[in-house]
Amino acid sequence: MILHTVNKSPFEKNTLISCLNHAKAGSSVLFIEDGIYAALQNTRFSDQVSSAMKDINLYVLEPDLKARGVQDNLIDGIKKVDYAGFVDLTTEHDTVDAWL
Amino acid sequence: MSEEMYDDDEYDGVIKKFMYVNRKAPYGTIYALESLEVVLIGAAFDQDISLVFMDDGVYQLKKGQDTKETEIKNFSPTYRALEMYDVEKLYVSKDSMDERGLSEDDLIVPVEVMSSEKMADLMEEQDVIFSF
Repeated sequence: MILHTVNKSPFEKNTLISCLNHAKAGSSVLFIEDGIYAALQNTRFSDQVSSAMKDINLYVLEPDLKARGVQDNLIDGIKKVDYAGFVDLTTEHDTVDAWL
Repeated sequence: MSEEMYDDDEYDGVIKKFMYVNRKAPYGTIYALESLEVVLIGAAFDQDISLVFMDDGVYQLKKGQDTKETEIKNFSPTYRALEMYDVEKLYVSKDSMDERGLSEDDLIVPVEVMSSEKMADLMEEQDVIFSF
């Protein structure tokens, strides 16, 4: 299975949507850097991200959430990881696809 | 002759209307920090400064930024210091706030929340516009 990483804001690039459209059931998506804005409640993208969670594992890098002051706005069910958790995810998956 | 020009701490040259349009989220790119630096330079020359925050730029003003774990500089307290440089016209796009589920209470500084139409009028009044 693939670990997809998304590092761009969904408001600025279509990376999130392209990634979700190509992530197979059982794969994982990790939001990092400005990609973390996809993991927040009450945005234009929240519903789409929530429904993606039905068959994709969603993760977010907590230090990037905190840096941007949005740690309390996370969509329920998205799992927070630290840098060590990021490394674990890369080793647990066969491949990493970094969507830029 | 130049004595007359510099006999006073206050800049007495031409004052222009400068607008800084901020459309990028902080940290992911350098634009937000660079904009802030240029704003402070303009303020040192006593210009008539307006700051606009729209699109992902509204995230620059989000309360509670804590960059400790990322080991990058948290420059958000600087927005609170702008008042001391007489930079007091901060305008935020209502549409951009709405699509991100943000309200005025989420922001670290007092701002005027503005419609796109009013923002467009304000842009029309400027002498210089810097876009970041």
